[in-house]
Amino acid sequence: MDVEILSRIQFAFTIAFHYIYPPLSIGLGVALVVFEGMYLRTKDKHYEQLTKFWIRIFALIFGIGVATGIVMEFEFGTNWAAYSRYVGDIFGSALAAEGVFAFALESTFLGVLLFGWNKVSPKVHFFSTIMVTLGSMFSAIWIVVANSWQQTPAGFKIVGEGMTARAEITDFWAMVFNPSSVDRILHVWIAAFLAGTFLVLSVHAYYILKTRFVEQSKKAFGVILVIATISALAQLVTGHSSANGVAVNQPAKLAAFEGHYDSSAVADMYLFGWVDDAEQKVTGVKIPGGLTFLLHQDFKTPVTGLNAFDKNDRPGQVNFVFQTYHIMIAIGIALIGLTLLALFLWWRGKLFNQRWLMIVFSFSVVLPQIGNQVGWYSAEVGRQPWVVYGLLRTSDALSENVRAGQVMFSLILFTIVYLILFGLFIYLLNKKIQTGIASHGSDKKYASTNLISE
Amino acid sequence: METFLNIELGTWMFLVIGAVFSGYAILDGFDLGAGTVHLFLRKEESRRIALNAIGPVWDGNEVWLVIGGGTLFAGFPKVYATLLSAFYIPFILFLLLLIMRAIAIEFRSKETMRWWRNLWDITYSVSSTLIGLTLGVVLGNVVRGIAIDGNMIYKGGLLDIFNPYALLTGLTVVALFALHGSVYLIMKTQDKLAERLDYISKIAGMIFTIFYVLLSIATLMFVPHAAEEFKAMPILFVIPVITLLLLLNERRLIVKKKYWMAFMTSALLTSLLLITIAIGIYPYLLLSSIDSAFSLTIANSAASQKSLGIILTFVMIGAPMVLIYTIFLFRTFRGKVVLDDMSY
Repeated sequence: MDVEILSRIQFAFTIAFHYIYPPLSIGLGVALVVFEGMYLRTKDKHYEQLTKFWIRIFALIFGIGVATGIVMEFEFGTNWAAYSRYVGDIFGSALAAEGVFAFALESTFLGVLLFGWNKVSPKVHFFSTIMVTLGSMFSAIWIVVANSWQQTPAGFKIVGEGMTARAEITDFWAMVFNPSSVDRILHVWIAAFLAGTFLVLSVHAYYILKTRFVEQSKKAFGVILVIATISALAQLVTGHSSANGVAVNQPAKLAAFEGHYDSSAVADMYLFGWVDDAEQKVTGVKIPGGLTFLLHQDFKTPVTGLNAFDKNDRPGQVNFVFQTYHIMIAIGIALIGLTLLALFLWWRGKLFNQRWLMIVFSFSVVLPQIGNQVGWYSAEVGRQPWVVYGLLRTSDALSENVRAGQVMFSLILFTIVYLILFGLFIYLLNKKIQTGIASHGSDKKYASTNLISE
Repeated sequence: METFLNIELGTWMFLVIGAVFSGYAILDGFDLGAGTVHLFLRKEESRRIALNAIGPVWDGNEVWLVIGGGTLFAGFPKVYATLLSAFYIPFILFLLLLIMRAIAIEFRSKETMRWWRNLWDITYSVSSTLIGLTLGVVLGNVVRGIAIDGNMIYKGGLLDIFNPYALLTGLTVVALFALHGSVYLIMKTQDKLAERLDYISKIAGMIFTIFYVLLSIATLMFVPHAAEEFKAMPILFVIPVITLLLLLNERRLIVKKKYWMAFMTSALLTSLLLITIAIGIYPYLLLSSIDSAFSLTIANSAASQKSLGIILTFVMIGAPMVLIYTIFLFRTFRGKVVLDDMSY
């Protein structure tokens, strides 16, 4: 394998792994704000227990998110030096803003959130919880802005030629509010709310099935279900708006989403299918003219197809983009159905008796996770062969001095360390869940230990 | 070239990045140093207290690395790209060590088995030490210059990175962090644990003094361009003298139990080391050992004036905020460590 494919695999692997955690942090942060706010309002002990329980899980998730996130910031330089020189003027300012405005906020107040329960007043603690959540949402803004600039560059000019060509910023706000930023930030935020709320729903559905902490779990499930339902519905809106943007700004990507080749034809929408890129044919179940309708509200207007682009200027992995995109949509629809059904049963007072539905919810945590992953795969693979759409090819973005052997070495190390990390994460998450809400674990005997003999 | 207070924006950026990395070295320096001395604490409770002394702050401290990386990327993209790709393997190991360390801190307390805690104690201590060493090795190479050609492409090999001068810099950094970290821990502990840490800080201080003297001699002998700066301005020779006086004073402060002052002294020592290096390399950022014409300077590697202006504005708005959070955090957790049900 050459250095390009290895570097792409390494980047994809490290970012995909990292991306398990930040959405959970954002979504859980919202849940924590809700639980702690309810506790402060009602003084109900159950909400205090819920807050403390979820803080412990939040700590675990946040810690792994930070550790794997620092990798990302430096990997641009290690593996993609040419890219970094090319976009540094723009991309760097977004990353710097993330560090200064967002990450500093979340990481500092995290200390109070995790360790300050007995050190600060309840209001100051609640304030810290809100700051951590806001900080993690601000982080998402800057990171998504940086990525969106790669999809739909704006507010820049190209200076120099050949090896020394690079993008320079001309208008900061045009760069920040590039054509895809706002849609994608909202889409990513809501996806994060879904990731976090479904983790909470899963765990409490499990407790209800096991008849443990039933009182607390019913309260938690109800209030979080409302947020999950609103998020699932809102995601339909931001998703549609994102796709409209892709149609205008990245027509080759949109065409790959639906396996649409012929620019003179009306575009169909597939429920599922399989793309044969060589034959330019899709086999599957479709709504004829569906994509055309979504974009133009009629069944006649042709949509730009993949054949409008030179073979070297369009994504090579059409079927992969098609599949990941369709899995994302299927999950989005499933989440809407699931939450609306649960909400209806909750309203009728029958929700927690539906054993089968509680079983479904126990496993539902994986759905937003898969949705987040495949959504990004389709966005990023759909952008290929460009690393900055229309400006810089992925193959021109590599570090010139780094050899395939070195990347192979680092890829193997990342794989080993991340697998260990994931194994430990699952083990500890499960342990915390099994320990449960009301208990403080085995460390309580140390709680009053203060004087020490060495 | 745009200026602010008569100083070019590129130079401001150099100063800002220097300040951020100084902040990083001072803040993460003490928790990395606490990691280095961790295994010299023998009892489970001592180790637990030591870990909880850094518990609420280590994550906030690492933020400074993220800000440093971000501002370097934004302010001097060519330096960021060239440095990180040239030191590919060391930086990858550095990142993996940061992960291993975070895992160790988070996971140590999650089980009570003796082997579990020992495993993570060792991981924590070794990774903390190697992180300091790697940072020092990179620093040593930056001072010495690296083999980059006219296209900013690194032509050296992996072994060139681990040259004796860079390794000596690495060991100096490890010793400094160990001193800084043990003084921090004394501040946060009491009784016999504090006495033991007092002893550890004494040893760390002595080791640092030896490495510092060796490094100073090696710099004058083997790094001519850094030495030139000093020979041109002999007044700069007061820096090593001040450093050694500060070291003696730190010991005196520890003996007099003025731990906060002692901690501030080793913080000052850390920034003094970096200031010395900044003076030594200015106006270069990455010196080419092939031909100094290939070097990356402030002038030839800075981002556009527009971009520098934006980032410096961020820093002017953001730095006071970060300072306020940091002070709030350290005030909240001031005083001796008391373990409770949310501790590690």
